[in-house]
Amino acid sequence: MKKYFKTIYYIFEKDIMLEMKSKEVINSMLIFSLLTVIVFSFIFEPGAEYKIDLVGGILWMAIVFAGILGLNKSMMSEINGGNLNALLLAPVDKSAIFFGKVLSNFTFLIFMEFVTIPIFTVFYNVNIFKYTLLSISVFILGTYGFSVLGTLFSIISVKSRTREVMLPILLLPLMIPVILAAIQSINIFIKGDEISDAFRWIKLIVSFDLVFTFVVYAIFDYIVEE
Amino acid sequence: MEFSHSKETNSDFIKLDGVKKSYGHIDALKGVSFVLKKGDFLSVFGPNGAGKSTLLKILSAQTRPTKGKVYFNGIDLGKQPDEFRKTFGVISHLPFLYENLSAYDNLKFYAKIYGVQDIEVKVETILNKVELTGRKNDYVRGYSRGMLQRLSIARALIHDPDIILLDEPYTGLDQHASFILTNILKEQFKNNKTIIMVTHNLSRGFDLASKVAIMKKGELALFEEKERLPEAEFEDIYISTLEN
Repeated sequence: MKKYFKTIYYIFEKDIMLEMKSKEVINSMLIFSLLTVIVFSFIFEPGAEYKIDLVGGILWMAIVFAGILGLNKSMMSEINGGNLNALLLAPVDKSAIFFGKVLSNFTFLIFMEFVTIPIFTVFYNVNIFKYTLLSISVFILGTYGFSVLGTLFSIISVKSRTREVMLPILLLPLMIPVILAAIQSINIFIKGDEISDAFRWIKLIVSFDLVFTFVVYAIFDYIVEE
Repeated sequence: MEFSHSKETNSDFIKLDGVKKSYGHIDALKGVSFVLKKGDFLSVFGPNGAGKSTLLKILSAQTRPTKGKVYFNGIDLGKQPDEFRKTFGVISHLPFLYENLSAYDNLKFYAKIYGVQDIEVKVETILNKVELTGRKNDYVRGYSRGMLQRLSIARALIHDPDIILLDEPYTGLDQHASFILTNILKEQFKNNKTIIMVTHNLSRGFDLASKVAIMKKGELALFEEKERLPEAEFEDIYISTLEN
C-alpha cells in the first residue's frame, strides 16, 4: 500500500514540476474561466434581482468548461512522446498512475477556482461564503468528482483525433448529477436559504465521488489494457 | 536484478507458444512460436506490417495475445504480477520522455517509478554512459533526435533490466549516437542480458545478434542461430525468404 501511495505522489510531483515549468494547464484554464465569468457578467442589468438564481450556474459552467480544456492539456503531456505507454509499462499498479493524475488535475482545478471565485464575487456582487463556509466543501467534492471522471475520459479520448470534442461528449452527460448538485447547493448558499436543504445535494456529490472512485479503481486496468 | 522464478534460467527463458494477435479482422501475428535462452540477442527483421512491433508489444505486456501464450521462465506472462515489469527495459521509436522536463528530472522520475535505489548515483552514471552529463539540466524539448534517443536508452536502462526490447532503435540516429547505442548493446549482451531488437538495418542487426528472425505477414519465416547463417549472404537470404 505504501508503494501505491508513493506512486501517486511521484506522478503528482512530476505533474506539478511540469506545470511549474510550462504553465500550460493553469494558464489555459484561468484565461477561459475568467473570460467566461467576465463576459457573462454583462448580460445582467445593474441591480437585477433574478441574477441570484443564475450566477451559481454561470460559475460552474466556467469551472467545467475551463476544466475540460485543462484536462486535455494535462493529458497531452502524457501522450506526447509516448509517456503514458511508458508509465503503463512500469512495475506499478496502473490505478495508482490514474489517481496520481487525478490528484494533479484536482490541484490545478482548485487553483483555478481559487483565482476565479474572487473575480466572480466582484463582477456579480454575490458572496458565496456569506452565510456558510460549507460552500468550500461543495467546490472540493464537486471538483474531485470532475477530476476522477474527467481524467478517466481524457485518457480514453486523448488518442482520438477529435479529442477536444470527444472529451465533453463523453464527460458531460455523466457529470450532470455533480453539476446539478453543485449548482443547487451553491444557489442555496448564495441566497441564504436553509443550509440543511443543501445537504441532500452534497450527499449526492459524495455518493457520486465514492462510486466512481471505486468503479475506476476496479476497472482501470481493463480500460488501459489495449 | 534477477528473476524470482529462475528454475529454467538456462533453458526456456522466453517462450512464445502459438501467439496470435488480431486487430479486428486483421491478423497482425498468425501463430508465432520460438524460444530464447537467457543472454540471447535476437534481431528481428521484416518489412513494414510484418508484425514485428506487435511482437514487441506482446513481449512487453503492452497488449495481450488473441491466442497463444508467452512464458518468462516458465511463468505465463498474463499471470505475472506488476512487479515483473521491472525486468523489462523498452526502447521504442517514441522517446517516452517529458519534453518540458530536463534530462535529469526525466531520469529521476522514471527511477523513482521503478523503485531504483541510490537514484542520484544511478542517474549520473547512466547520463555519463550516454554522454549527456553536460546537457543534463537542459529541457528535453531542445534535444536533437540523436540526443533524445540516447536519453531514451538511459531511461530504459535506469533500472538495470534483465530483458531489453528495442523497436527500430537506430532510426534517425547520427553516427555518434549509433556508436554509443551499439556499445551499450554490446555491453548489455556481454552482461548476459536478453535482448530482442526489431530493426530494418540488416548489417547492424546481424552483427549484434546471436539469433536471427525474419518475419513475413505475421509469421516467423526464419528463426536461426546466427552462426548457422553466412554473414556475407544474409541480405540474399533475407530477400529470398521474403520472396518465397
